[in-house]
Amino acid sequence: APWVPVVGLEIHAQISSNSKLFSGSQVQFAAPPNSLVSFFDASLPGTLPVLNRRCVEAAVMTGLALNCSINKKSLFDRKHYFYADLPAGYQITQQRVPIAVNGSLSYSLCIDNKMSQMVTKTVRIKQIQLEQDSGKSLHDDTRSQTLVDLNRAGVGLMEVVMEPDMCCGEEAAAAVRELQLILQTLGSSQAVMAEGQLRVDANVSVHHPGEPYGVRTEVKNINSIRFLAKAIDYEIQRQIEELENGGTILNETRAFDSKLGCTVPMRDKEGQQDYRFMPEPNLPPLILYDAKSLPANMNHQQVINIDWIHERLPDLPSVKRKKLVEQYGILPEHSFTLLNEDGLAGFFESVVKQTQMKPKKVIGWILKDLLSYLKQHSLTVKESPVSSFLLADLLNLLEKKEISSTAAKQVLAELWKGEGKTPLEIVKEQKLELLQDQKELEQICQAVIDGHENEVIMMVLG
Amino acid sequence: AALNGGLRSQVSAALKEGRVAPTELCQRCLALIKSTNFLNAYITVAEETALKQAEESEERYRRGQPLGILDGIPIAVKDNFNTAGIETTCASNMLKGYISPYNATVVQKLLDQGAVLLGKTNLDEFAMGSGSTDGVFGPVRNPWSYSKQYKEKSVPKSHSEDEESNWVITGGSSGGSAAAVSSFTCFAALGSDTGGSTRNPAAHCGVVGLKPTYGLISRHGLIPLVNSMDVPGILTRCVDDAAVLLGSLAGHDPKDSTTIQDDFKPFELPNLTDVSKLSIGIPKEYHAPGLSSEILALWSKAADLFKKAGAKVVEVSLPHTRYSIVCYHVLCTAEVASNMARFDGLEYGHRSDMKDSTESMYAATRREGFNDVVRGRILSGNYFLLKQNYEKYFVKAQKVRRLIANDFVKVFRSGVDILLTPTTLSDAAPYTEFIQEDNRTRSAQDDILTQAANMAGLPAINVPTALSERGLPVGLQFIGRSFQEKQLLTVAKWFEKQVQFPMIQLEEVKRHDSDVFHHQKSASFS
Repeated sequence: APWVPVVGLEIHAQISSNSKLFSGSQVQFAAPPNSLVSFFDASLPGTLPVLNRRCVEAAVMTGLALNCSINKKSLFDRKHYFYADLPAGYQITQQRVPIAVNGSLSYSLCIDNKMSQMVTKTVRIKQIQLEQDSGKSLHDDTRSQTLVDLNRAGVGLMEVVMEPDMCCGEEAAAAVRELQLILQTLGSSQAVMAEGQLRVDANVSVHHPGEPYGVRTEVKNINSIRFLAKAIDYEIQRQIEELENGGTILNETRAFDSKLGCTVPMRDKEGQQDYRFMPEPNLPPLILYDAKSLPANMNHQQVINIDWIHERLPDLPSVKRKKLVEQYGILPEHSFTLLNEDGLAGFFESVVKQTQMKPKKVIGWILKDLLSYLKQHSLTVKESPVSSFLLADLLNLLEKKEISSTAAKQVLAELWKGEGKTPLEIVKEQKLELLQDQKELEQICQAVIDGHENEVIMMVLG
Repeated sequence: AALNGGLRSQVSAALKEGRVAPTELCQRCLALIKSTNFLNAYITVAEETALKQAEESEERYRRGQPLGILDGIPIAVKDNFNTAGIETTCASNMLKGYISPYNATVVQKLLDQGAVLLGKTNLDEFAMGSGSTDGVFGPVRNPWSYSKQYKEKSVPKSHSEDEESNWVITGGSSGGSAAAVSSFTCFAALGSDTGGSTRNPAAHCGVVGLKPTYGLISRHGLIPLVNSMDVPGILTRCVDDAAVLLGSLAGHDPKDSTTIQDDFKPFELPNLTDVSKLSIGIPKEYHAPGLSSEILALWSKAADLFKKAGAKVVEVSLPHTRYSIVCYHVLCTAEVASNMARFDGLEYGHRSDMKDSTESMYAATRREGFNDVVRGRILSGNYFLLKQNYEKYFVKAQKVRRLIANDFVKVFRSGVDILLTPTTLSDAAPYTEFIQEDNRTRSAQDDILTQAANMAGLPAINVPTALSERGLPVGLQFIGRSFQEKQLLTVAKWFEKQVQFPMIQLEEVKRHDSDVFHHQKSASFS
């Protein structure tokens, strides 16, 4: 009987803000340990949380971008557990009524690994909640001690819960990639996984069609989108094998080991814990307004107007892609690649502006030639030794038929060295000019024919 | 004379006119603290910093630029308020030696107005208790135990028995603050009130104890017991002084999201003469089991006083009063369990030497750091918060709380302005008797008359009324509408004037300030 894998995701995105969710200490990556810790972050007795407006706006923007209903009244709760990186012994989160619910995210996949066929899928967003990040603890087993750094304790997080509408690693990866792009476009999170700004936990289970969902495991410790796909696919396989061998799946938390490429049971950190949720008594309900409900005499500094935020949302990736396709006549899958690479879309548009070559032709140079060079040398678009100006210059030469496309590729290779030469200079240096003179061409052809008499006779005879 | 006077009417005037200097006041208080050491009212006396503050105040008076009425006034603060540079212990081993890096907002406000911080007062550990007997620094003794009034009335059981075994408790948990004000070692003190912790000791020590409306005064820096019920409390020798303190402390604090945004305007209390427009409510449920006949009679007498003066006095009903203790215990222990979770020995406070694992370190630290009252409440609270119990206990208690609060809303809506009730069931018990029952039993008994006001967030005040047959203070409580402190205090002041509660006659005070007893009759000054 076939197996149906079911994949849901819990994504924690660190909010891009100057200060933390409930205190004024700074948010900064890789600062000296315990240098960004306020009295509240250290849980000094008597300190109280004060909600950061920017964090709320970030969550509202994200909720709107994900087609959620924004709850005009949401609540804060305490989630209790003891751990070295949680100074208060509880995390402030939104368990009862989160800030946004019932949204959706559309993402696209290539079918069969060909870039030519893309299919659009949707995953439901269950909710988005605001919550505190924890500090970091580093276990030093040799000295039997744990080192605690509270810089990250209290940083604002948006937890985005994606319903189990996905079926495999590829879908999950594509969904997360799209979410990442959306967050970066909004500016609500920088969402760089390597810096811990985007953390993804996967919930995986398998079942036979028509039967109830199977027991699910939670997979953590995934550090990149690539590993996300790998971890999920491994876990699906593991569960299927386990069940086919008559075993059972435990409702447990497993860590992805990127070196071995497999998931392993985690030390029971949370297990079957009872978090003893309780309303956070020091924070009144969070009330948001829209144009209709906004009281007339309210100081606009004191409130958040959902409609005002909605009006100012930037073009989301899906809209940007559509515009690129419409404006430049490129294929949808091209627009995906353009947006997937930071700065590439801008580079493309810049080249198009500076050349007579049709965008449909330019795109090939961007996606095949330029991008492969960048990938080969692990460079970002920003770091490209070939600027849009230089590339446009080169493409103009090609367009005016002053060089062949083969020659153009040679020139590009030379430009890549970044020695400061212009395309024209390289063409002259390497004598790559296309001959335009008809008479000269005839002379060359005649010379070749004259030089290969035997071959010519053979050809004429058939 | 200054040691005894009202802040606005007497002391401030004396300071301004140079009849007494801030350093003098400070030194007198410090000396008195030393000679009343046996009361155990103070945990920490900040002698050096207090004198320095007094000197700075004196300089300001010299320049004719005092910061206000509180400039140079010696005050004491309950040891559960953060005071920068001065130890804050909550009378617990968990925080012994803990020096906070910041001032509670209320402390900062007092200091900004030039008040002189004498020290931190004793309490029940983490404010859990109604006797001020369960802190690690020992119990607080009620100054009235050593008063002429009490000694005259107490019959020694045997010749050899001295007053040592006969002393009575202050009530709690702000017993140290109440004792400090009562024994003249300071002019006002901060307490905290979660279930009656300011009003209860005020009643037993014969001082004014004000519980403000929840949300009026900032809790930032007050180490919490129950976040949704705690308020900073004010203890003074007369109602006018409570109004002065209130004026300097109330108002929105951006650091405390539960304070109201509205502007607060400090007020002076009018001298009410005509009470005919007042409607006083007498809640029948406050005739609680265990209420002493003495206090019942006093309560009755007070009601008659208002009636005779022309006020409308009506019996009212707060039907859910009898559920309030149980409700309080569920909500209180749940919040306590949560608030105490931060005491894990890692960031500050006591840390056990146990090193086997983080968990074992937590367990040992918390066992060593907390007394069994605190541990008991944590265990109960965690039980009520368990997933399977949450609806049955916590949510139910929240609903009952809403019913209790609604009782008051209904009564106030029916035209009643102020409620008049007893504050305590009886006068202060002797320590030896009090400790016969455990903390939980005592708290359940003693909180009954005071904690519904905390449930409903309402302002309430204890006004010392008369001496009991044993020569000990008995007070009565007034409960007002939310944020109507002005009306509440105005009525309380009128009542205070009518009853003319006697001043405590203490040997120690007499020795220090021979002209203090010029006016032996009353503590109210016009």
